[in-house]
Amino acid sequence: MVSEAVEVARVVDRAHRESWSTVLSSVVRLTRDLDLAEDCTQDAFVQALRTWPDGIPDNPAGWLTTVARRLALDRLRRETNLRRKLPLLVEQPDDAEQPTDPLRLVFTCCHPALARESQVALTLRLICGLTTREVAAVLLIGEATAAARITRAKKKIAAAGIPYRIPADHELPARMDVVLTVVHLVYTAGYVATGVELTRTDLTGRAIELARMLERLMPDEAEPLALLGLLLMTEARGDARVSADGELVLLADQDRSRWDVKLLAEGVSRATAALQRGNGRFALQAAVAGLHVTAPSWEKTDWGQVVRMYDAMMVSWPTPIVALNRVAARSLVPGADLEAVLVELDALSKEPALATYAYLPATRADVLTRLDRPGQAAEAYEQAIHLTANETERRFLTTRLTNLNR
Amino acid sequence: MAQYMFLLFDSEEWYDNLTRDEWQQAMKLHGEFAAAVEKAGARILGGEALERSSTASTVKNREGAEPLVTDGPFIETREALGGYYVIEARDLDQALELAKLCPSGNIEVRPVMPTSEDAAPPA
Repeated sequence: MVSEAVEVARVVDRAHRESWSTVLSSVVRLTRDLDLAEDCTQDAFVQALRTWPDGIPDNPAGWLTTVARRLALDRLRRETNLRRKLPLLVEQPDDAEQPTDPLRLVFTCCHPALARESQVALTLRLICGLTTREVAAVLLIGEATAAARITRAKKKIAAAGIPYRIPADHELPARMDVVLTVVHLVYTAGYVATGVELTRTDLTGRAIELARMLERLMPDEAEPLALLGLLLMTEARGDARVSADGELVLLADQDRSRWDVKLLAEGVSRATAALQRGNGRFALQAAVAGLHVTAPSWEKTDWGQVVRMYDAMMVSWPTPIVALNRVAARSLVPGADLEAVLVELDALSKEPALATYAYLPATRADVLTRLDRPGQAAEAYEQAIHLTANETERRFLTTRLTNLNR
Repeated sequence: MAQYMFLLFDSEEWYDNLTRDEWQQAMKLHGEFAAAVEKAGARILGGEALERSSTASTVKNREGAEPLVTDGPFIETREALGGYYVIEARDLDQALELAKLCPSGNIEVRPVMPTSEDAAPPA
């Protein structure tokens, strides 16, 4: 009996990970009310825990959608009777599943009339099914702040009448950038998760799934193609990023034979196709990733070309993080002037946006080590260790610190 | 359908050396805006241009004290509220599309709160 309950819990957990947004977005289409839809979706999962021990349905997602929509309809009917306020029932109630539902919800969450921070929090909550506490942990903010952002955004969607639909073709180019940025942020949040696990595959997996949907939605656009390529190439290196004993392995030290060849090929072909169509920021990022994954080794990477890609990015997207990546790449060009690199890094350390960014002191530490200044390198490592929120990363940096020849 | 108020904020220096032609040109632009709203299947429910903010008076109702009357707008801004529309549109997307056609430098789009008898209290 105990093992059966464990089995049910496992199946429900998987359904939650895989189907939360499908179920929720189908209910949203029915209710147009995010809070109500969330409540009913949650209740459907609770019902599943209770009734699935009698038999797990063949199609868990379909079961959950049907139950959640029935709960929502019941609640809407009751409230309609109470308040005589007709909800916006624009679809037939039996029209349960439409494959593009999650995408509609993404465009609602990423509406340009919402603040970027709310877009991300709402996407993590509604599309990735994270609890408010998990959203807070992923975004490195307090739980109260996360809750406030989500509540504020939901209220605005309801009060301002932000629609639940995929934009028309002529609107897509203008709406695309925000959605791509948020999907990328979701992937990044999952890729360097906080806490003990290095990655949250539920988040990275969901981000890739969304990127695939966006590519299908806009087959002629370069940027969705580029984002998908970028994510696939990053994903392909996933296993090689962590050693057998759970330690972080830097790109430089990764066993390239462990990379997923099939995913890499998928990613590289998309990056190449995207670059032929344009050089938006995801196309350029995908180009950098492509240069890495097609190089025979870290040392033999075409660093000069990597720097040129970051130069191009600095024109259209001059953020401190791009500037940092550019300097880091510059430090790796054979025969690089490390002293000049250090000057640039020191200038960047005055950027408020990088004040809590562990990669800056980590990069400085690396350059200082190579300049044979172990004392200063140690200081920089300590700073990076202090800033990183990820345990595995912290252990990695600590090892580097202890291995310094002081 | 939902209702939105468009609050039009512009620099008031424009009024300083305004010619008759320029004024009529501006009125013509608002006429074109009204036509575009109708064409989109939305409606203008109301709207007016406002006299300059220097003509405004503000009454501050204070608890336990006499109301205070002061000269000037409630908030002094470099670009001042100079007019408004109330527009019925399908949703925020349509309202924002229409705001892009509105002849003003800055348009704040605010949803109108439903206050009819059977309306639910605001969340």
